[in-house]
Amino acid sequence: MTPGTRTDTIPIDVAPVEIAQQRKAPLPEVRDVVFDVQSLSATYGTTTAISDVSLDVYRNLITAVIGPSGCGKSTFIRCLNRMNDLVPGAKIDGKVLYHGEDLYGDGVDPVEVRRRIGMVFQRPNPFPKSIYDNVAWGPRVLGMRKGIDERVEKALRGAALWDEVKDRLKKSGLSLSGGQQQRLCIARAIAIEPEVLLLDEPASALDPIATSSIEELMHDLKREYTLVIVTHNMQQAARVADLTAFFSLDVEDGRRSGVLVEYDTTEKVFTNPADKRTEDYVTGRFG
Amino acid sequence: MSAVAPRLTLRTGGRLRRRRIVNRIMEAFGTAAALLAVGVLVLVIISVAVRGAPALSWHFLTTPPSLFGPPGGISSAIIGSALIIGMATAMALPVGVLGAVYLTELAPHRVAGVVQLCLDILNGMPTIVTGIFVYGLLVVGHVQSAFAAAFALAIVMLPLVARATQEVLLLVPQSLREASFALGVSKWRTTVGVVLPTTLGGVLTGTVVAIARAAGETAPLLFTCSIFAPAVSTDVTHALPNIPVLIFTYSEQPDKALHAQAWAAALVLMAFVLLASLLARVLLARQRSKLAR
Repeated sequence: MTPGTRTDTIPIDVAPVEIAQQRKAPLPEVRDVVFDVQSLSATYGTTTAISDVSLDVYRNLITAVIGPSGCGKSTFIRCLNRMNDLVPGAKIDGKVLYHGEDLYGDGVDPVEVRRRIGMVFQRPNPFPKSIYDNVAWGPRVLGMRKGIDERVEKALRGAALWDEVKDRLKKSGLSLSGGQQQRLCIARAIAIEPEVLLLDEPASALDPIATSSIEELMHDLKREYTLVIVTHNMQQAARVADLTAFFSLDVEDGRRSGVLVEYDTTEKVFTNPADKRTEDYVTGRFG
Repeated sequence: MSAVAPRLTLRTGGRLRRRRIVNRIMEAFGTAAALLAVGVLVLVIISVAVRGAPALSWHFLTTPPSLFGPPGGISSAIIGSALIIGMATAMALPVGVLGAVYLTELAPHRVAGVVQLCLDILNGMPTIVTGIFVYGLLVVGHVQSAFAAAFALAIVMLPLVARATQEVLLLVPQSLREASFALGVSKWRTTVGVVLPTTLGGVLTGTVVAIARAAGETAPLLFTCSIFAPAVSTDVTHALPNIPVLIFTYSEQPDKALHAQAWAAALVLMAFVLLASLLARVLLARQRSKLAR
């Protein structure tokens, strides 16, 4: 645990800028690029969700995506594991290089992409199976049958849920509380050992205590995984993220689309933003 | 009268009284219509039970019909009906479930609409037409057989199974499918491993409803499975005795004893359908509570 990156309780009334200022640990100079997004645009039918987004995502860091509602945050991270393929009428332009290989290139299997780039959703969505089977099902289907019990325990420990559920693994995953369900979903996602974990507003349906435990968990997870988190809670971004991307709605010729306004270290974005729109948003004048 | 202004009255009178009377009358009509529907069912059940009960006995259920001497029972028809419906279910269930999976999980929007329309038309098809079709397909040039009967009943059951399955598949939240896709699981494995197990109760419900419906179908059987020896047999390549056709032929005979047997057979059939419907309701209720978070 790096000192200064963790807050044990959630200070509700502290401004994001103060939280960001408290973060002392400097980011490593040398960073491994995991995603190299190049002028990415996504459209649903005639609606443009995001246009011309370019940014890099680095290994073992937490990248937060913030911005007002409808600015394409979710669309953006759903492009990173090709979940948008499942939406009828969705079309992607531009490149998403993952370790140099274009996710949207010829012959790339979206199923294999999602196998390596896991995702946790806004609302906890455990399978209507037992707690054990929720975690074990993915590895089993993907052929990782060896040492399945150990794998389940490791994933549940990784999601900080093991101690709470080890005596009732056969109980339904739906019997857990909302926060526990979300951690179960995280356990399910890391059980197949992906490299990247995408989190789409993972705490927005949870109470403050459950939110706090999810945030602590993210700090632990970044040692092994690369995390990208969408949040509309700026305090949360300031608390957990190393880097922050601010998206906004751009209106051009009456057409609205989400654009990337600013992308920098969390400290910079919240304390000394380069763009006026970012400053307005993080100081609460807008959004 | 009181401090209330004279125009403001809380008692009924004039137009308000008329509206209240109309309201009362319509309520009465509605209640009467509902009672009529229930009454018809009760009357059918009571009359069949009263007339069927005297001939009903363990002996009746466990012995085949006798051509001479004391009256036999309907055991061969029960066995024949069970075999025919069993085979029909074995044919209709996989096709119906797979068809529903195709409709909800895989088909492009337009194709799904066309397939759906076809299923609805098939569901509305008069069963005598289905009977003639199977007669021309499997019986002409061959012999009547339990297999042909099962095939005809499978056609009757198919749209029922498919629509029931489709309805529960649509109840499965999209977020469950996404959760599975996000694990790098293919569409097909997601359907088999996550979606279908969630809907098992609904699929069973649809199957039970379809079985109940097929159990009483007579028209297709008249063409495909109506000329049979009364003895117990399990040879599905020939016509087997079955309950609907037995009821039909017995009721046409100039013999009081056979009429009584027809009523008793009708009672057996009705009891089976009622029990199956109840079972379907129980299964559906369990499914609903499982899907409701």
